[in-house]
Amino acid sequence: MSFRHKHILGTEQLSKEDIELILDTADSFKEINSREIKKVPTLRGKTIVNLFYEASTRTRTSFEIAGKRLSADTINMTASTSSVTKGETLEDTARNIEAMKPDILVMRHSASGAPHYLAERIDCSVINAGDGAHEHPSQALLDLLTIRQHKGKLEGLTVAIVGDISHSRVARSDLYAMTKMGMRVRLCGPGTMVPPGIEKLGAEVFTNMDEAIRDADVVMMLRIQLERQGKTLLPSLREYARFYGLNPTRLALARKDAIVMHPGPMNRGVEISSYVADGEQSVILGQVENGVAVRMALLYLVAGGDQSEA
Amino acid sequence: MARNETIILDCAGINRALTRITHEILERNKGTSGLVLVGIRTGGDHLARELRERIADIEGVEIPLGTVDITMYRDDLGSRGSLPIGKTDIPFPLDDQKVILVDDVLFTGRTIRAAMDALIDIGRPQSIQLATLVDRGHRELPIRADYVGRNVPTSREESIQVNFDNNCPVEVRLVKP
Repeated sequence: MSFRHKHILGTEQLSKEDIELILDTADSFKEINSREIKKVPTLRGKTIVNLFYEASTRTRTSFEIAGKRLSADTINMTASTSSVTKGETLEDTARNIEAMKPDILVMRHSASGAPHYLAERIDCSVINAGDGAHEHPSQALLDLLTIRQHKGKLEGLTVAIVGDISHSRVARSDLYAMTKMGMRVRLCGPGTMVPPGIEKLGAEVFTNMDEAIRDADVVMMLRIQLERQGKTLLPSLREYARFYGLNPTRLALARKDAIVMHPGPMNRGVEISSYVADGEQSVILGQVENGVAVRMALLYLVAGGDQSEA
Repeated sequence: MARNETIILDCAGINRALTRITHEILERNKGTSGLVLVGIRTGGDHLARELRERIADIEGVEIPLGTVDITMYRDDLGSRGSLPIGKTDIPFPLDDQKVILVDDVLFTGRTIRAAMDALIDIGRPQSIQLATLVDRGHRELPIRADYVGRNVPTSREESIQVNFDNNCPVEVRLVKP
């Protein structure tokens, strides 16, 4: 089967078959990352621009390493060091980059829909590396790869996603992708942090964390984004940690073989205790490792994908 | 069987060819020392396993067996798009080994070029020798096989089909357009 997407804007647009192909391709690329010479010539001569309007270490580095291991030329642009600070609009920046003929634009922006806006206006492929509180597809796909690696399957598993669901693009991309793969998704957070109506997308909603993680196969903790919403949604971090923090006692409610995930960066002692983050059930660093393979797969599939369909 | 198909090798023919190739490999390399087999996915894979069994029967030694997927090394991403990528699995060092690279059909030579690049990215073998069940000609690169089951003159429009049953080669057919 072949991949028919020119852009990767979200997991909402991907089918179950697309996701399976991406995961299988990523599985094959994983082997390269453990070689002594971590490079294959697959995307030689392709140019990839990483355009980041928001701070990011993990995702940007991961996309850059993924491109380089496939022999593409990767160029990083961050908003703080570019002409964005001189008042250039998003579209003008993109048109100028496009004039230099890149093949793929990897983009992060604080506005939901920014990559979609550009994908309609420029010729090269666009990969969404996180747009506002909307989607972060490569994170969801690396989550699925990590779960599949540890559980051997996806269908039928129960995942509890705990934290600030409203502001989490990871939660949304995970929800779309996981329900397509036949997983049961439980979303849990304080009432101020769970968007009303999200159960229409196929999730079960909980405000009690103990109930949410009971017998779950996967417990995914989200970061409390202190820089985004300030203090209006939470009385105090201490109270949050008490009701929605993952500690060993709570984790014992999940299945014995449950795995613990976190998209990073972690606030240790807030949403996750160090004991759990560094414990045996934690696969958090495995997620980071799988991130490179998943992004290699996305770059490869988009580079050779059918250019006639979006 | 359709009229535009001819059987080039039947099961017994394939077995005889593989047995002869096994003897040629052992003779040329003076035994199994430093010898490893790498099959090209997916046809070469099965043939490499057959050769390994025959070497074990004759010499009593099980030599290392790996597989290589060449999709990442193709030169036609632009024209053929993103083909599914299979797994490369070579669980032993290639450095200073004599690699017998195995494929089912040798045609333009581009697959072999890609496979050699893949192997050299993994290690530095002492040598790479090529074994193929069928050589159908029409090379586009300066590549030749060291061990050939059957040379088959073909036209570019024809195709060669190697049929496997339960991963064992059972038949080679020449299919006319």
